[in-house]
Amino acid sequence: MPGKTISEKILSRASRRDARAGDLVICDVDVAMGTDASVPMALDYFERMGGTRVFDPTRLVFVFDHYAADPSASTFAMQALARDFAIRHGVILYDCGEGVCHQLMVESGSTRPGALIVGADSHSVTGGALNAFATGIGSSDLAATMISGRIWLRVPETIKVVLTGTTAPGVYPKDIALALASRLGGDGASYQTLEFDGPGANRLEVEDRLVLSNMSVEMGAKAGIFRADAKTASYLASRTREAFEPVEPDADAVHAHEIHLDLTELEPAIAMPHQVDLVVSVGQSVGTPVHMVFIGTCTGGRVCDIHQAAGILLAAGRIAPGVQLVIAPASREIGTRLRIDGTLGRLASMGATVIPPGCGPCCGTASPIPADGANVISTANRNFKARMGNATASIYLASPATCAASAVTGRITDPREFGETLT
Amino acid sequence: MTIELEGRAVLLGDDINTDYIISSSRKKETLDPDVLRHFLFETIDPALAGAIRHGDILVAGRNFGCGSAMEVAVTAVLAAGIRVVVAHSFARTYYRNAINNGLIPVECDTRGIAADARLHLRLDADGARILDQTSGREIEGHPLPAFMLQILSEGGLVPYFRKHHDFVTL
Repeated sequence: MPGKTISEKILSRASRRDARAGDLVICDVDVAMGTDASVPMALDYFERMGGTRVFDPTRLVFVFDHYAADPSASTFAMQALARDFAIRHGVILYDCGEGVCHQLMVESGSTRPGALIVGADSHSVTGGALNAFATGIGSSDLAATMISGRIWLRVPETIKVVLTGTTAPGVYPKDIALALASRLGGDGASYQTLEFDGPGANRLEVEDRLVLSNMSVEMGAKAGIFRADAKTASYLASRTREAFEPVEPDADAVHAHEIHLDLTELEPAIAMPHQVDLVVSVGQSVGTPVHMVFIGTCTGGRVCDIHQAAGILLAAGRIAPGVQLVIAPASREIGTRLRIDGTLGRLASMGATVIPPGCGPCCGTASPIPADGANVISTANRNFKARMGNATASIYLASPATCAASAVTGRITDPREFGETLT
Repeated sequence: MTIELEGRAVLLGDDINTDYIISSSRKKETLDPDVLRHFLFETIDPALAGAIRHGDILVAGRNFGCGSAMEVAVTAVLAAGIRVVVAHSFARTYYRNAINNGLIPVECDTRGIAADARLHLRLDADGARILDQTSGREIEGHPLPAFMLQILSEGGLVPYFRKHHDFVTL
């Protein structure tokens, strides 16, 4: 028999059988997660399925992030329902303001190498950066897992993504993700796993890997997994005391195909409205007027992202007139670190609006909603029409540095023009 | 077990994401599919929700249901009286949510199906076949694994769990 991919190994362990790509298996879930946008529906399914007890409340996480910053009577009611359930059953709860679920799932130590994680939110694939098989599900699947601790999965084929080289100054993990989306297309990895490998992948920091894993669902991927290494161990050292076993792919594992990406050749990239895989190099869209700049989300709201943006903004010392700059740290921990080091205070003094962590602005469930006809450049992962709550707005996706450079000039701008301030 | 259904084709394009099916911001106000169905596809075609009739079959291109995993994108479609979505391909979360709620996802080559075509679907353990009665063409769909067919035939994951209390060993 040939060797196994990381996905096949993790799903073999979780299903207690020799799982191979294409097999349908029933797996034991290590951690399940839901949000205020998916849990209320899951509780309805749970009740209708006859659920009375949660399989293991210490392995179930609820996060209130979609309606955290801009609540209404209806969202308060949905959160109250989920909160009551969490308290009654002892479910781990991160209430409003703690952060975006995917950031909390990694920074809390809930996501460990080799684990099977399911989350009722599509960007749950983020956990693959820590060598977990982490995948998105809906509310009914979450309900079934809450009852049984299990889930059915089709073992995915794997696309091996070999990264070589090192990115040039001004090119960031978001640009790598957009280059991949361009190469694969929005469904190029449907039902499949992306396994990142090669010297370029090894050189990426954990925070960089999180961006690539997070964006893998924009190519349809079921998971986007990295190997675990010393960087993974060091990231987790202060976050979990539980033992974990890294999962390596076998050298003779079978892949659907391989993609090679030389990071040295990449340029800053932009995903044009209204498709994530409609990618051009920044040079092709330079000059487009920008009305709102959004730096945040589970893709681009970590400490390094906001530091990269701040490097450009603070050196320039201005935000272009007529541009609204909105900064949303991905979690309270991140916001606190950026407050302590003075970054957020300095950006706010320049005129940036710093908002609490949450998913709302990304998917149009919380302010700021862009104005009619506005052009938005954002560090988020999706630019679908109406995604931010206004169907007449146009959303451009880019790295934090490209977003910051564009905030300074009021037009889409190549961050390499701010060469001396790039980090 | 055989499922047979007939309906009128309502055509959609490629990459119809779940926000296009039902906007995230609508879901903030209510999860009631009978309310949400009135806003189906409003971002891409505001007239479409009003034109959809009970029993219609959605016919889409590639990557139907990509983006968010939100399940109202399935329940609102069901509330509009749609039992079948035929697409060249589905995003995996939409596919799962469909099976779990008893919405039948059929993967096949949808090119050549005309708007308002009369479609007849036959689905069983051997596979999925669509007869386009308007063109007279028969289209072969990808077969559903027996496990998924069982969940579908039992009416979705709710009745399945009420009956079995867990996933039945494959």
